[in-house]
Amino acid sequence: MNGLALLIPIALALGLSALAAFFWAARSGQFDDLDGAALRILIDEQPTAPAEPEE
Amino acid sequence: MTAAVHPGCAVPLETTVLVVDGLRCAGCISKLEHGLAAVPGIAAARVNFTTRRVRVDHLAEVSEAEILSSIAGLGFSAHVFAGEGQDASKRESRTLVLAMAVAGFAAMNVMLLSVSIWSGADGATRTLFHWLSALIALPAVAYSGRPFFTSAWAVLRKGRTNMDVPISIGVVLTLAMSLYETAIGGPHAYFDGVVMLLFFLLCGRFLDSVMRARAEDGVSALLGRMPLDAAIIGRDGTVTRRAIDEIAPAMHLLVAAGEYIAADGIVLEGTSEIDRSLVTGESLPEPASFGSTVLAGTINLLAPLTIRVTKAGRDTAIADIARLMESAGQAKSRYVRIADRASRLYAPAVHSLAALTFAGWFLAGVGVHQAAITAVAVLIITCPCALGLAVPIAQVVVAGALMRRGVLVKDGSALELLAKADTVLLDKTGTITLGRPVVTGGLPETPWERAALLAVARASRHPVARAIEHALSSVEAAEASNLQEIPGLGIAARIDGVEARLGRPDWIGAPEANGETCFRLGDYPVRLLTIQDEPRPDAAEAIRRLKQENLACEMLSGDAAPIVSALANRLDIAGSARMTPDSKRAVVSELEANGKHVLMVGDGLNDGPALKAASVSMAPATATDVGRLTADLLFLGDRLMSVPIAIAAARRTMHVIRQNFALAVGYNLLAVPLAIAGRVTPLVAALAMSVSSLLVVGNALRLRSAAR
Repeated sequence: MNGLALLIPIALALGLSALAAFFWAARSGQFDDLDGAALRILIDEQPTAPAEPEE
Repeated sequence: MTAAVHPGCAVPLETTVLVVDGLRCAGCISKLEHGLAAVPGIAAARVNFTTRRVRVDHLAEVSEAEILSSIAGLGFSAHVFAGEGQDASKRESRTLVLAMAVAGFAAMNVMLLSVSIWSGADGATRTLFHWLSALIALPAVAYSGRPFFTSAWAVLRKGRTNMDVPISIGVVLTLAMSLYETAIGGPHAYFDGVVMLLFFLLCGRFLDSVMRARAEDGVSALLGRMPLDAAIIGRDGTVTRRAIDEIAPAMHLLVAAGEYIAADGIVLEGTSEIDRSLVTGESLPEPASFGSTVLAGTINLLAPLTIRVTKAGRDTAIADIARLMESAGQAKSRYVRIADRASRLYAPAVHSLAALTFAGWFLAGVGVHQAAITAVAVLIITCPCALGLAVPIAQVVVAGALMRRGVLVKDGSALELLAKADTVLLDKTGTITLGRPVVTGGLPETPWERAALLAVARASRHPVARAIEHALSSVEAAEASNLQEIPGLGIAARIDGVEARLGRPDWIGAPEANGETCFRLGDYPVRLLTIQDEPRPDAAEAIRRLKQENLACEMLSGDAAPIVSALANRLDIAGSARMTPDSKRAVVSELEANGKHVLMVGDGLNDGPALKAASVSMAPATATDVGRLTADLLFLGDRLMSVPIAIAAARRTMHVIRQNFALAVGYNLLAVPLAIAGRVTPLVAALAMSVSSLLVVGNALRLRSAAR
């Protein structure tokens, strides 16, 4: 029973923190473009000066 | 990503959202974003690959047209995104996804506790775990159940019912029963079942709202394109600008080059060309001179015109079409979505089953408590999670597949209606044809002439000149001087001291003047250029496939009979010529009245009423605002094959939806007798619900490759 008294609150707290993280992610638009996010990882370089168009 | 440090960052930026065609890979994203960010005046561009849109932040002085041409320069085609009014459905999606997250969290944690109860926790431990479950489930249901409770309450107050009423009653009764069981230390608490049920139902709702969030709604763009004021010439010859509703028939309007014409009228003075693309979808401009009739909403292209107003305000042709559109659209509003039809049968069946179970057990003498527990088990086992997922999951999967093929589906019910379509009516200009002029013959052969022609054509923004430029894109232009565009006649220039002219035959000195475009360089012979609006490259093939799928096809056009029948013969399709917006609508309405389900494919404002009157409608993404806003499906690119592909995919979707219903009903047939007999425990309920939902989802995923 003592173990339970410790473990159950921990389990709930972990779950709640994941829920809070999801709320933050959904609110800040992380899921707005799922297909795009999968492709963006393939874009290798970031232009340092956008005024200079890269090929 | 590409947030450039812009020198004018203190200046407020404007945001334009565009739909882009031709986005295929990561390279496209970076090319478009970086390319746009490099354009002076554009601060940043962000591509949303899922919705095929790009959001451009730019200075106010950069116009929409400039952004569109920069995108074209990067090798993509883009259209202005008309539906800004989609914020509401987006907010709904977000509320639902958060509710879904809470329900999911609660379901997982309650399940954790339930598993230990199922594996034998007893006595004080079981009661403690039940209380903990209640502690998680009650706030979770209060939060994530809101979409169902509010909607159920709203219809109940009006004395009607919908799918949410049995769901809400089931959830509330089950929770109350479980709380009571927990309080008396009994074994039958269904907290896990309740939150899991909400989770699955919210998944279905969320998918459904994702479909609708893609819809571009708002129909008011039609009259938004009209100018707000117009230059009116008074009796004494003075020109004043007056608001558009002050214009009355018999007034004289002065329309500058590049301006929208504010009223229907007759030309009194001036020679110009009129761009009627907004009204007819026809991109070849029409010449206008003394005595020609012009329509409100068209654009005067070349030179100032003086117009005597014949009809203004609500009497103009464009306002007429707007009124026709309001009165059309009966077929669509009558349609009841398949999920709603299912729920109409479902709610009374479930409630009477539960009530009968309660009455039966009570009469059998088991006591109120035992009878209520059994009735609640019936309610929860019949709760429609598989049924709620059956339709939206299939529609979302197929909408994603179609989007990858360049077809945007605005609404799930559009797919249901598309599957039922048995007649396809196609507009000619802009739908079967590309809607833009293409040079089909008569180009000079000698390199020197070709170089000169390109140099002259490049000087003009005229659609014909643009077509020539496009046809000669592989040629290097010659050096031209003294370039001069003469409105209504053509372009003249000197190339290496030799006179070059592109324009009307009589102006160039061609032997016979038959309305074609001619080109002459110095003493070379006159070149007669044939410029036509060509059918889409795969038009014949697409029409053949439509016929193979047992669809009756017909072409409707506002053009003259010879042009229509020539194209009809070439594509092997029946054709009707000289159709007005109202006669197109009449054809659609008559077919609908005879029990046919019409798919109307069109793009112009003149197709608007027909698009609205048809069961389901489709438009190319290059269509006029009206076409794009009215149509249920849009297709990107030049391929007409998108139409048969969409129909085939819709039919496959309905097939899978029917299978899903069969799965859901079959599950109920198995589980309900058990529940009525009182053999269902919380463990059985949880297993049955998740297995049936997973089956439905798995079946729908087969549609991923349905867009063929």
